[in-house]
Amino acid sequence: MIEIKGLSKFFAKKPVVEDVSVTIQPRTITSFIGPNGAGKSTLLSMVSRLLDSDTGEVLLDSANVKGIKSQEFAKRVAILKQANHINVRLTIRELVAFGRYPYSKGRLTAEDEQKIDEAIEYMNLVDMQDKYLDELSGGQKQRAFISMVIAQDTEYILLDEPLNNLDMKHSVQIMKILRKLVDELGKTVIIVLHDINFASVYSDRIVALKDGRLVKDGPTNEIINSEALQEVYDMHIPVQEQDGCRICVYFNSHS
Amino acid sequence: MQSSVKRTNLIKIGILVVLAVLSIAGFLFYNIQGGFSYAFPKRVVRVLAMIITGVAIAYATVMFQTVTRNRILTPSVIGVDSMYEVVQTVIYFFLGSASIFVVSRYLNFGVSIIAMVLFALLLYRFLFRADKYPIYLLLLAGMVIGTLLGSFVTFLQVIIDPVEYLSLQNRLFASFTNVKTELLLIAAAILLVAFIWGALMMKDLDVMSLGRETAINLGVNYDKRVLHVLILSSILIATSTALVGPITFLGLIVANLSYQYLVTYKHSTLIIGASLISIIALVGGQFLVLHVFDLNTTISVIINFIGGLYFIYLLLKESRSAG
Repeated sequence: MIEIKGLSKFFAKKPVVEDVSVTIQPRTITSFIGPNGAGKSTLLSMVSRLLDSDTGEVLLDSANVKGIKSQEFAKRVAILKQANHINVRLTIRELVAFGRYPYSKGRLTAEDEQKIDEAIEYMNLVDMQDKYLDELSGGQKQRAFISMVIAQDTEYILLDEPLNNLDMKHSVQIMKILRKLVDELGKTVIIVLHDINFASVYSDRIVALKDGRLVKDGPTNEIINSEALQEVYDMHIPVQEQDGCRICVYFNSHS
Repeated sequence: MQSSVKRTNLIKIGILVVLAVLSIAGFLFYNIQGGFSYAFPKRVVRVLAMIITGVAIAYATVMFQTVTRNRILTPSVIGVDSMYEVVQTVIYFFLGSASIFVVSRYLNFGVSIIAMVLFALLLYRFLFRADKYPIYLLLLAGMVIGTLLGSFVTFLQVIIDPVEYLSLQNRLFASFTNVKTELLLIAAAILLVAFIWGALMMKDLDVMSLGRETAINLGVNYDKRVLHVLILSSILIATSTALVGPITFLGLIVANLSYQYLVTYKHSTLIIGASLISIIALVGGQFLVLHVFDLNTTISVIINFIGGLYFIYLLLKESRSAG
């Protein structure tokens, strides 16, 4: 279980995340939503130790994450940020193999190879696993990186806007895979999402932020309604039910 | 497919080894006149000096370029080379060429290395905060301070005694001709320690070429490693500069040739490749200069000339691929 307690981050004395406390339930998909500049990515970066928090703490199974050794932490929590620019030429398989680095430090064992195979298969990349990353489309590249995170085989998977620049088909594909990771492999996924409908359809819980503060935290169906969303986004968002999914129809809304 | 890439790289490295050995053998034995027992040991010392500096520069540059995520930088942007010029010029200016700091090569070597490494450490101490500032701030500050030091050196050189200036100039051009054997041993020992330290972080460097966030995600203590590499490359550059003079431009050439020649992300392979190319460039280059072209110019002039052309080519290529 990840517990975020009173977490704050200041950039040049300006709070970007302010006194946020959330408990992440295991074996769920938790979506962080909110307007631009709400501090979602910053919060995710602090949980994953990419960024130091200024006040407050993050507890991973009751232990402060700052005290956990880097290598141990990498076996338990994986993070994937949005921009992944690398300036070396790698094949998909080589990239995915890096996911095993916390375990094998570059010397792959038979078990590592097996995990790499599984991760590649999970993301449907078997046919193109020997292709170089610079030959891939945005969606394929994103899948390769997610595949690396899967090979890392952590209990927690944190993703920062993984659907950025992806078309509808690939977005749905990736969200379905995340759902499978939670339902079949018992992972816990925390994801920053811009598209509120993906959050509504695929997540178990939603954490809504605004101006660095926590405004809503609860099961998806308690958050996806017009009143709660009004508070988060400052606009009227009609919600309709379609095949058991709640869909926000905000495209023509008046604020 | 993976193993075939590996095999081609092995062959490619084999070719480099053969070329390096040929260069060394050519340099050692070609046209050896007069007393073999007189000329041969001198040549051995020169070859060793070239191998040591060549490897040190290649090693430092490849690592440095990975942590700065930039392939057209050399560790000299930190200003370590300028510090060498400052030390030498100040010694000649205030103490004269007869001073113990010039006459005793040990003292000169020691003072130069210590000044350069201290300079780098001070810079890192105040400007290296990977979590707060981007690494470019450090590089920019190093460049500005380096320019400042350079201007200071020029100022002193303008008003220095012309006779002193001539002998100072000898110190400021890279030269392999009069390297003391004992210094070579000290330099080799420093490099050996540095290499062992470097070997421990080689695998982390592979991961670091994926970027800071991915590397941290994979359990690499990124910011600490960057600092380690900065310190390590300063030590390597300081040692080679104190031994033969400033020649860091070479690093840029050999590192990039190695990336182009051996398409891999593995630093162990890249560094071996860059080191071999470096040896070929220095020893083979010196051989050609001496025996084929029969020129008496220093190798550093030629390296700077060829290096400059290659640098322009790299810039053009980068801007084309960016645009």
